[in-house]
Amino acid sequence: MGQWDAGRAAQGERLAAGAALATGKAVPRDHVVALLEAVIRPFDRVCLEGDNQKQADLLAAALAAVDPGKIHDLHMVQSGVVLPEHLDVFESGVARRLDYAYSGPQAGRIAKMLFGGRIELGAVHTYLELFARYFIDLTPNVALIAAVSADRDGNLYTGPNTEDTPTVVEATAFKSGVVIAQVGAIVDRVPRVDIPGDRVHFIVDAGKPFYVEPLFTRDPGAITETQILTAMLAIKGIYAPYGVKRLNHGIGFNTAAIELLLPTFAERLGLKGKIATRFALNPHPTLIPAIESGWVEQIHCFGSEVGMDGYIEARSDIFFTGPDGSLRSNRAFCQTAGLYACDMFIGSTLQIDLDGNSSTVTTSRIAGFGGAPNMGSDARGRRHPSEPWLKAGREADPDGAPALRRGRKLVVQIGETFGEGNAPTFVEKLDALALAEKLKLDLAPVMIYADDVTHIVTEEGLANLLLCRDRDEREQAVRGVAGYTEVGRGRDRKMVQRLRERGVIKRPEDLGVDVLDADRSLLAARSIKDLVRWSGGLYKPPSKFRNW
Amino acid sequence: MEKLTFRHTTAKAAAGTKREAIVGVVASGNLEVLVERVLPERDCEVDIATAAHGFGAVWSAVVADFVERYSPGGLRLSINDGGARPDTVALRLAQGVRTIEELGD
Repeated sequence: MGQWDAGRAAQGERLAAGAALATGKAVPRDHVVALLEAVIRPFDRVCLEGDNQKQADLLAAALAAVDPGKIHDLHMVQSGVVLPEHLDVFESGVARRLDYAYSGPQAGRIAKMLFGGRIELGAVHTYLELFARYFIDLTPNVALIAAVSADRDGNLYTGPNTEDTPTVVEATAFKSGVVIAQVGAIVDRVPRVDIPGDRVHFIVDAGKPFYVEPLFTRDPGAITETQILTAMLAIKGIYAPYGVKRLNHGIGFNTAAIELLLPTFAERLGLKGKIATRFALNPHPTLIPAIESGWVEQIHCFGSEVGMDGYIEARSDIFFTGPDGSLRSNRAFCQTAGLYACDMFIGSTLQIDLDGNSSTVTTSRIAGFGGAPNMGSDARGRRHPSEPWLKAGREADPDGAPALRRGRKLVVQIGETFGEGNAPTFVEKLDALALAEKLKLDLAPVMIYADDVTHIVTEEGLANLLLCRDRDEREQAVRGVAGYTEVGRGRDRKMVQRLRERGVIKRPEDLGVDVLDADRSLLAARSIKDLVRWSGGLYKPPSKFRNW
Repeated sequence: MEKLTFRHTTAKAAAGTKREAIVGVVASGNLEVLVERVLPERDCEVDIATAAHGFGAVWSAVVADFVERYSPGGLRLSINDGGARPDTVALRLAQGVRTIEELGD
């Protein structure tokens, strides 16, 4: 018989090497680099916890400081490439291969390093997809995670920003891996046990909280009239006719505008209780007025949001909270909820092509996917009916046998026809294709595939792609809402007119929306300070959003 | 600074009696539109001063659509543009016409 527990034996050796530096499970901060050198082996798969929100920043800096002579050629399997240290390890040769999901602020540098061959890229994933692979073929040997506090036994309190931690720990600890946690404090008793101590091997007192980016805060003061108009079209043209109650909102000013129109514009349309009641969503500050006005019944969160913790604690009827009162988020569960239990995803993008494929990649920036392609896709495994899902299915296939016809998730791309720096949102060819050619990738990094997109909303109008019967119609429906971009000006005017007569394209006037009513006075909150006021002072915005 | 002028003949005269209106602001990504009722009632002129060069074709399309939809006869619209996007331009032009169509002063 061969050996059947080599992994466990190796785990024992690693733990013994680390234990030499620890008192119990606690390792002093100034020994953390030595701990990593003792526990990690060359060519290991390492998960350095970090996503678009929370960061194991102390452990990231420590990994960047290890001796590449001892630790090299690591395979990093992590949600986010966000901190400079996440890429420094590839510069120094500590790491070589990368599988990840999101790279927001490092999008420019990661593109350069991929072109320069400094990083061997496995794939760019969605969060849920990467988590899935942790259990099949990307299981970490070592996980470097972040928690709010720990007790001496290693029980962790991960608090409102629990996010990815339970998933990462599950995959690592139960497959003979080593889990190292940085914590903001070591305490006698944690407020609640988010991660049981027997799954945590070492704890390092960072002496400060882990970093969290306020990624989901949008200042209502920066919302434009065009975004308000586009939000009005989405509410009247999609939320209302489909009766969308269960949904996810992407990040951005367009969806922030929708959130701020619920208690005003949508309320006047009599839609309260009929739309937007249950969300898979981070605690967006711009949703506070709708929550306070009684619009929202329930929200499950991927993570928390800086400044929202006190508000959430005081609204446990709406949010998922622990016995300590604070939010419990969980990215894997929330992504699953967004995939299977929501009838709509609505979000913005950087580029949309003539078929309706969309991408946030430009030739010099690879931002990754995060969760949008998961939420913004039709769940083929879904079996429970709901009115919006059935109606969308009917529109896509009016002649199908009703009892055998799949419903469709509403996947809505919303945005202005021109984005930052007057770059057109609509293009003949996605930059993602040029990137795929340059990097010799099998797949272009497409955020949302054309066959998943059901609607496109711009300031010019709304295109319902479910009603298009062939590729030509689809192209003209896209061109027909592409405004004054080259794609928009290249439309076949007669065909666009026919699509409008069939209701495939709807203009503001077709929906009874007067362009000139798109005014900032329609927003339930017009500043961050207004949001604080709506929350009764419970929302504490981070200083970069305070201008008073 | 690029200067562009577009002249159109309109289907009818703009409503109202107000002589002058101003909408918008001069700011980055925004624009100011001065509307004056100074031309023969079927003429319209749009004068543009813009910091962004090379967008003549887009301006031409935006102005042509505006004239077709709002029939702004008799009006001269002077635009001071801070690099606004076409959708913002179209909105401000529409606001300009609506404002001058109010009863005169």
